[in-house]
Amino acid sequence: MSDPKAIFLKDASVSTADGDQRAFIRKALGGYYVNRDLQKARFRSWEKARDAASMAKWSAVNDLGNQLEKFVGNFEKNGGVVHWAQDAAEAREIILKIAADAKAKAIIKSKCMTSEEIHLNDALAKAGYGVVESDLGEFIQQLRGEAPYHFVFPCMHVKREAISELFTKHLGTAPTNSPEELTMIARRHLRQLYVDADIGISGANFLVAETGQISITENEGNARLTTALPKIHIALAGIEKVVKNLDDLAILLPMLATAGAGQPMTCYNTLYSGPRQKGECDGPEQFHLVLLDNGRTRLLADPEQRDALHCIRCGACLNVCPIFKNIGGLAYGTTYQGPIGSVITPHLRGLKQWNHLSGASSLCGACTDACPVRIDLHHHLLHNRRNAVKTNPTLFDRVFHFGFNFVIQRPKLFAFGGKVFRTTLPLLKKLPLPYLSAWLKTRDLPTPPSQSFRAQWKDQNHE
Amino acid sequence: MSSRENILGRIREALQVKAPQPHLQAPLTPTNHPPQGKEWLPDGGESLTESLAILEGQLAKLKTVLVRVPNETLAVEAVKLLSQEKGWKQVAYQGHPLVTPIAQSLACQTWQADADFNKQKLEQCDVSLTSCETIVAQLGSILVSSQTSGGRALSVLPPAHVVIARTSQVVPDLADAIGQIKERYGQKLPSMLSFITGPSRTGDIERILVLGAHGPKELFLVLIDG
Ligand code: SF4
Repeated sequence: MSDPKAIFLKDASVSTADGDQRAFIRKALGGYYVNRDLQKARFRSWEKARDAASMAKWSAVNDLGNQLEKFVGNFEKNGGVVHWAQDAAEAREIILKIAADAKAKAIIKSKCMTSEEIHLNDALAKAGYGVVESDLGEFIQQLRGEAPYHFVFPCMHVKREAISELFTKHLGTAPTNSPEELTMIARRHLRQLYVDADIGISGANFLVAETGQISITENEGNARLTTALPKIHIALAGIEKVVKNLDDLAILLPMLATAGAGQPMTCYNTLYSGPRQKGECDGPEQFHLVLLDNGRTRLLADPEQRDALHCIRCGACLNVCPIFKNIGGLAYGTTYQGPIGSVITPHLRGLKQWNHLSGASSLCGACTDACPVRIDLHHHLLHNRRNAVKTNPTLFDRVFHFGFNFVIQRPKLFAFGGKVFRTTLPLLKKLPLPYLSAWLKTRDLPTPPSQSFRAQWKDQNHE
Repeated sequence: MSSRENILGRIREALQVKAPQPHLQAPLTPTNHPPQGKEWLPDGGESLTESLAILEGQLAKLKTVLVRVPNETLAVEAVKLLSQEKGWKQVAYQGHPLVTPIAQSLACQTWQADADFNKQKLEQCDVSLTSCETIVAQLGSILVSSQTSGGRALSVLPPAHVVIARTSQVVPDLADAIGQIKERYGQKLPSMLSFITGPSRTGDIERILVLGAHGPKELFLVLIDG
């Protein structure tokens, strides 16, 4: 079964039926809601700060060509090397070549969703490199052989008992139920790996055009170590990560932290410009940046949905999404889960195969409300639905829309149809109909009124 | 055509159709002090006294331990006490007028890490002592840099980090800190600038907060008046 939609429907119905797991996810997010609201309340105006943040990203993305060139010019002036990759394969090749040229053996990685997008770990492992994820959540997911569940909280679905078992199996440590002890096991295990690694690979949250710096946001300190100790630092980033000025970060960094994790500021927000400079005692000798397109220019070419490229990957839209909370992150089958993933995946990987994600929404708009850069997420899901029907209508779409158009333009036929429907509705429940039977398995059909709405309206108000 | 040209070409073509501006609550008022909208962020205080009060609150919430001392002599005493209490044996420090005298007065093995850097040796140390660039009251962040805080690893590899600074290094908000950096360095930026906001932490296991994921478990800020 390789059809993403079929896999999605199957996985989502399995995970939705797991009441325990759903309760666990809701509980895990409980603390987030409280902290996020506390931090938001410290803003003199969260709503106006959202305006400013969305304008900062809007002005950079709508001048992307110039800003990227400016960024690259400054980045190179600082001694870094820029590589452009049109797609995942090219990005993998570039990184494999850097590793081969350096005769590297061990590679340490800090969290980088873009590397998940290009399946970098598999490629590196196949080429014979030892690759270790250093972010605790990513480390756990790597040991589990599973994709991240949530692009900010990669292993939020895994219970501590399972993590303890995992560590016992792979690291030979004694079982424990304390999150603290489990964290310390990973800390001890990874420390020497940072020191021994030849290459450190990181992502980037922002590329600052004005100064040529890249900005990395993290809580654990693993990205700091990954970019300090190995001789080579490779950063991988989507082209849309550009902001114009360093000043923009004065707004974006606190908002990213508050929206994403309910913090005033993430623990480490680090700006890198170039490899080790003269007079500095440590740091990498080489600093490479791989700029990835991989479908982003396709999204850019759609002015209606271009703002999806403003995303700062805070994860807030996932944390509030009723669909995410019920089906969980793995069912999406995408690198980017939740509302933003459902919006961009059809653009990045094909509307035909991934359009079903546009339906993975109740259109409640919680995502749009949560987004710190005001991306119109739930409308974009609607836009994707519309685009899919326009470009690739299924037989059902065609018949249904034709029939609807036909009937709605003929009031008498409409009234008659309504009447037929009202009288036959109770019968429908007993017939094995596609879609409807599945829907009715867990829901009761209301009894239809005896009169149509139009008839009632006439009776009560106008006659 | 190179990939660079291809990508830039696609971008220029894509941008020929303009996208509408985001729906804003109210138009942004242009300000003299960038960035636009900084006045909507959390307050950083109008005066140093106010800023210090905000800073104290923030640090406490973040679990950064603040030690305020009136002068350098007492800073030495404070760090001595800390080191006895914590039982530090190996101390890595940055050569700096504020830091060196303190480090050298400790009854531990001390090593100036930025003079002859060695990552293996640093990994063995119990604590690092560094200075910093700036402290941001609004967020409780401490800005370190590769040029003025003893390189990249010193402030993050050992399990404890002590920052020595003066109250005059406190600025109200992040925008001020960024402005200062631009003024101080212009085009010659340190290769790393890091805003440290509390000790290293993770919530990856069941979203339960644990300190000291990979960076320091403990962070101390010794703030000298003046
Ligand atoms: S779409 Fe908005 S809320 Fe969702 S991850 Fe991106 S920035 Fe955050």
